[in-house]
Amino acid sequence: MTARRNPSLVAGGAIVAALTAIALLGPVLNRTDPLAINLSLALAGPGPGHPLGCDSLGRDILARILAGARVSLGVSIVVVALSLAIGAIVGGAAALAGGRIDGAVMRTVDIVLAFPGILLAIALAAILGPGLLDLVIALGAIGWTGYARLVRGEVLSLREREYVEAARALGARPGRLLFRHLLPGVAGPLAVQATFGAGGLIIAEAALSFLGLGVPPPAPSWGNMLDSGRAFILVAPHLTTAPGVAIGLSVLGFNLLGDGLAQRFGRRR
Amino acid sequence: MGLAGGVRRRRTPVIRYFIRRLTALVPVALGVVTLTFALVHLVPGDPVVAMLGDYAAPADVQALRHELGLDRPLWRQYVAFLYGLAHGDLGESISQREPVSRLIRERYPATVELAVAGLAAAILIAFPLGLVAGADPGGPADMGAMGFAILGISVPHLYLGPLLMIVFSLDLGWLPLTGRGGLSHLILPALTLGAALAAILARMLRQSLVEVSDADYMRTARAKGLSRPRALIGHGLRNALTPVVTLLGLEAGALLTGSIVTEIIFSWPGLGRLMITAINNRDYPLVQGCVMVFALSYVAVNLATDLLYSAIDPRVRLSR
Repeated sequence: MTARRNPSLVAGGAIVAALTAIALLGPVLNRTDPLAINLSLALAGPGPGHPLGCDSLGRDILARILAGARVSLGVSIVVVALSLAIGAIVGGAAALAGGRIDGAVMRTVDIVLAFPGILLAIALAAILGPGLLDLVIALGAIGWTGYARLVRGEVLSLREREYVEAARALGARPGRLLFRHLLPGVAGPLAVQATFGAGGLIIAEAALSFLGLGVPPPAPSWGNMLDSGRAFILVAPHLTTAPGVAIGLSVLGFNLLGDGLAQRFGRRR
Repeated sequence: MGLAGGVRRRRTPVIRYFIRRLTALVPVALGVVTLTFALVHLVPGDPVVAMLGDYAAPADVQALRHELGLDRPLWRQYVAFLYGLAHGDLGESISQREPVSRLIRERYPATVELAVAGLAAAILIAFPLGLVAGADPGGPADMGAMGFAILGISVPHLYLGPLLMIVFSLDLGWLPLTGRGGLSHLILPALTLGAALAAILARMLRQSLVEVSDADYMRTARAKGLSRPRALIGHGLRNALTPVVTLLGLEAGALLTGSIVTEIIFSWPGLGRLMITAINNRDYPLVQGCVMVFALSYVAVNLATDLLYSAIDPRVRLSR
């Protein structure tokens, strides 16, 4: 029944679930070492033992895609969780505090948002140097603002509802008010935004790794696989196809899921 | 508020709205500039050590630090930075030994060209798709157009670029592979950059058209005898355009940063490639200049969107 009414939710959910399973079970599914170099197999096409072929150093592409899934999905989920937590607390607190605090917080958000997309992340990654933790910090530093703005807006409208009034009359402190009564009311739109955000982060992580500012080689990430495969695009296009399709499919999954959730919660993007 | 308030406000000149928007820009621009400065100067890690390497002689480190003015107190560096900025002086590039402002001025037109071409490609793709889909929601054209759109959002330009290069440059030989030149050099990078935006715009336009097609004025237009397509284009489109323009402003940043990756893929001699090269060379004055120019361009684009928005929907400048 749900599949009929909301195919995006089902299809997107299935892709994201499959992706999560692959990321969790990766090493069990394929026991080939993603870092094992075998120069005699350099640029080998798909064949027995190496279903997706090998890269320029003869490393198994399937094993690297599976290992890369952990990086891409891991970074994406950790950054979404981090941004969501910071954004919800900052945005909620700003809305509850009101007045000058609210003004100051929202001006800060405006200024961070005035930086286009991943430019701030690029600048931060450039200064922090490439690395997984630095990548998470760089992406999280821009991520929280969108959630803060969303939560603030929603809390401002929820704040006047009678049940919140009632809770306040019963003597609930601001912290309890925020976590017990206000944030659950924002959960729907937050879930939608977080899902689209997770898809965007997969692309952002790939872009940063592609630019040499994300996951440093030899550790595989879909972004740095695309980057290193680009040099061999003439002779061995499968080096770029595999990570390209992996990124595309994951983003598609998150976008469909986001669409489905938005439909479910009666909101559009 | 009431009617009186409305009438009084309507006399407010449009100019005043523009001025208000422009003055609101000043603190944001100053914030962007300050944040860029803070990024380079406050984030842990010593840029001088990063530039010279861990084994540099302390005397060399000291000399470069002095040359860059990094041994002065932070507030004096900040004041000097703002003073230089006001005079169009962004310092000197360490790796190229040339003024940062000149390097940026040389490369900036290429990036603007790419961004405008990407935007044009996005609009040229999005409007027919969105119109076809929105004219008959749920129909086969809608399914096709929206399927194409969701594909466009999902294929990352990191991959689309190389893919287009394989097909159109290598296999078919129709278009040049890399570099900047005439229109033929522009097509593939513009498509790469514009594809995702085209998909997002088409979806938004469709959604927006579906919503306005239920409006009373659309029923009136149809009752007047206009055919469905004519009513949609003559009356629906303009009203459906406001959310699309808002989205354009929001996505302008994606266009700018997308241009960084696109420039790398197609060896396009723009600001993005200059910035990435500067990052790899640890050329901090140049990185700082590039980041700031990118960010200020984004702020300017957002302002332009707001103004365009008010031109399409006069209610905006009255209500704020």
